[in-house]
Amino acid sequence: MNFSLTREQILFQQMIKDFAEKEVKPLAAEVDELERFPYETVEKMAKIGIMGIPIPKQYGGAGGDNVMYAMAVEELSAVCGTTGVIVSAHTSLCCAPILENGTEEQKMKYLPKLASGEWIGAFGLTEAGAGTDAAGQQTTAVEDGDNWILNGSKIFITNAGPAHVYIVMAMTDKSQGTRGISAFIVEGDTPGFSVGKKEKKMGIRGSATCELIFENCIIPKENLLGKIGKGFGIAMKTLDGGRIGIAAQALGIAQGAIDETIKYVKERKQFGRAISAFQNTQFQLADMHARTEASRLLVRQAAHKKDQKLPYSVDAATAKLFAAETSSWVTNKAVQLYGGYGYTREYPIERMMRDAKITEIYEGTSEVQRMVISANLLK
Amino acid sequence: MNIEEYKGIYVFIEQREGVIQGVALELLGQARRLADQINDKVVALFLGNNISDKAQSLIAAGADKVICIDAPELEQYTTEPYTQAICQVIDEMKPDAILIGATTIGRDLGPRISARVKTGLTADCTKIETGENNELLMTRPAFGGNLMATIICPEHRPQMATVRPGVMVALEADSNRTGEIVNYKVNFNPAKFKVKILENVKEDSNKVDITDARILVSGGRGLGNAEGFELMTELATTMGAEVSASRAMVDAGFMGHDRQVGQTGKTVRPDLYFAFGISGAIQHVAGMEDSEFIVAVNKDKNAPIFQVSDLGIVGDAKQIIKKLNERLTKK
Amino acid sequence: MNIVVCIKQVPDTTEIKINPETGTMIRDGVASIINPDDKGGLEMAIQLKEQFGAHVTVITMGPPQADIILREAFAMGADRAIHLTDRKFAGADTLATSYALAGALKKLDFDLLITGRQAIDGDTAQVGPQIAEFLDLPQVSYTQELKFDGEKTFTIKKATEEGYQMLAVEAPCVITVLSSANNPRYMSVGGIVDAYQKEVELWGKDNIDVEDHNLGLKGSPTRVRKAFAREVKPAGELYEVGTDEAVGIIISKLKEKFIL
Repeated sequence: MNFSLTREQILFQQMIKDFAEKEVKPLAAEVDELERFPYETVEKMAKIGIMGIPIPKQYGGAGGDNVMYAMAVEELSAVCGTTGVIVSAHTSLCCAPILENGTEEQKMKYLPKLASGEWIGAFGLTEAGAGTDAAGQQTTAVEDGDNWILNGSKIFITNAGPAHVYIVMAMTDKSQGTRGISAFIVEGDTPGFSVGKKEKKMGIRGSATCELIFENCIIPKENLLGKIGKGFGIAMKTLDGGRIGIAAQALGIAQGAIDETIKYVKERKQFGRAISAFQNTQFQLADMHARTEASRLLVRQAAHKKDQKLPYSVDAATAKLFAAETSSWVTNKAVQLYGGYGYTREYPIERMMRDAKITEIYEGTSEVQRMVISANLLK
Repeated sequence: MNIEEYKGIYVFIEQREGVIQGVALELLGQARRLADQINDKVVALFLGNNISDKAQSLIAAGADKVICIDAPELEQYTTEPYTQAICQVIDEMKPDAILIGATTIGRDLGPRISARVKTGLTADCTKIETGENNELLMTRPAFGGNLMATIICPEHRPQMATVRPGVMVALEADSNRTGEIVNYKVNFNPAKFKVKILENVKEDSNKVDITDARILVSGGRGLGNAEGFELMTELATTMGAEVSASRAMVDAGFMGHDRQVGQTGKTVRPDLYFAFGISGAIQHVAGMEDSEFIVAVNKDKNAPIFQVSDLGIVGDAKQIIKKLNERLTKK
Repeated sequence: MNIVVCIKQVPDTTEIKINPETGTMIRDGVASIINPDDKGGLEMAIQLKEQFGAHVTVITMGPPQADIILREAFAMGADRAIHLTDRKFAGADTLATSYALAGALKKLDFDLLITGRQAIDGDTAQVGPQIAEFLDLPQVSYTQELKFDGEKTFTIKKATEEGYQMLAVEAPCVITVLSSANNPRYMSVGGIVDAYQKEVELWGKDNIDVEDHNLGLKGSPTRVRKAFAREVKPAGELYEVGTDEAVGIIISKLKEKFIL
């Protein structure tokens, strides 16, 4: 059992921390305030390979591992929750399903440009009537000669708009239930496809969260991803990987909150001394640290298992469940330690609390994670 | 190497376009003090083209002797001609020590000479004293200024040091001082002059990043009007400093956000930070508390800024800026 | 075109804190980094590689843990890395250090040798020019910008106190570079993944052209007689006096501190 990072992971951690501090952190407040998608950051990340970390070199990726990828999402999220989820959704929810289910032609067509960051990726499963009940897909895909015709809509899609490549689930055979759902690759400039209204959100406000609208959207036959009727399975497996990313995001937000709080409590004086001198502050920080460390180990374990090609779905669910609830708990405590100042936008801590909440909800709510974990325990 | 043979504290007299640089006079002053301590002579090494008429002023500044090397090859500084000239002098005259100003010229020249002559060079000294054996004790900052080290050069000569400008003190010029002026001829080897100067450009730096400024004049709510801002700017100009502000002044529109110091602005570490009319709330202090020397003026004697300032004045910031500016302009 | 870059691993002295009671440095938890001026030099070399297809070799003289900066250099785009390490080098001042490095550099062929202007731990700015002297090559220090005509000539922008100078020099030559010359690139992820797959050549004193008596402490003309902490900053003074007197106090304090 080896708890150490590899030499490459150590070098990578040095780089990504530096990058997050210098390039991402200075923009975080503005990205949140203006609800602005940080295109310039994506460009910078693309240049050094952050948009394709776990994609093999033969497909234009960096050839890194999932532990590195999780580390990237963690460090980016520690300074900006928005930037973390941009990378996570792009990598786990779009690059990964193509890598894991695509034909060689599909991989060669899409992965190099996604891994290089020239294209951003997204994933459309959720619909107005299908959230936790993901099987209730209404979007349809009908075969028509050499094409598929998609009709329907998706909501709450991360990266919608900036993305060029969308992995979309649609119903190909209503009579088959979940076995009638198939996965498709839809390019953003396809006629009949449009991105709808952008949500105004509590947190990760710079992340583009929009509707996808399919009105007789015609895509070529080759854009079926995987086999017909296998879409639901592909979606679930994709979400397993995505959970590692979101768990890493939650972990990063919690750690970022702790780091900022430590700085603040050393400076803030009340009753003649820094509030870091009070045992309440000390004990809160200790608890925040313990739970965040635990989150980190769960995230790394899930990522490591995926790298070892071992089953990791329960580990991913465990990591996401724990890290997400931890990040909400930690950021809430952090704002409390800041007191009044923490409630204002002058300090980043309230944004971290707002950003943390979504990690308990998307890519499978904490309740879904509990279903996954208990089903495995009781099987 | 017989150390006993080496005599004289030599000072490299840096000149640019014929103008003797202040650091050279500072070093002459210090050399004079050191030479008097160890009963030795001060020799000025004066290199340039058409500079001989200025040699006498170096005697007035403390030199016992001026070795004047007046040659067209030395018109403008490049490494090789200057190194050849000084090495020839070292070879012939055997100086005990050579002091060079730690300017872009000195820090280019010093190491080249020391490597050619194979002797020790101590960089960027802030203090030079003499030891029990009449050797030089050269003290300098290291680790970004976090550590001080005293260096000696026990078995090699000349002992060489580049010295930080603005630290040593020049003597009052005394035209009654007498000394020797020697016109020295150098046998140059021009085949080795490989670097050519194409052009010299003087720049007026308008855009300054406050994080690079040596001195910051910073204003807060206590100065937050047009008059206060003007006073600050005048003082800054007088001192060759940059202006900066706490959030109050930036919010009031007197300065851009790029000059804001603090939590949501920049962190600065200047040699001198003036906090005028700034209360010292944590958001501001976090951005400047590592400044080398902090002078704070505020009319509230309980203002938190006084907990981080090195020198605190309870008073009217505007009055103090005005008076300070007056006194400094008079100098 | 062949370029060699000397790089040094240093503690990040900008992050060093001082113990407020003793005035001594707190070195724990201070990261080791590539010296900023050297990194500027490395970035310059890699830009020349992109422009002219130059081959970039990095070399460092340092203890075993310096290996990581060579890996970082690989991940930024360097082609070859040499780690000069030998216990005989220990205790070297700048002259002995430059001598050892020059001994290694004599074994390499290059058009351009790049060093950083100064290291943020030693702060001497001496090693670059001293190496140039030992190699008998022309030097240009304080380099802000460098252009190459593709054949033999470098046109260099050198920073001066008043502005800058434009200089011309032919290959081979030595330059010392300022960190302000450019914005060094980050390591690429792909570069990091491969960094430990590449070979770092280990050279000791027997691999290079040097004589023992010029190495290490023995070969160092300067010695540290004493190293000490800076004075601890005493608590600030507070005066509640009239304007004139206040200004007088300010001026005399600033004079005391050599700021005026």
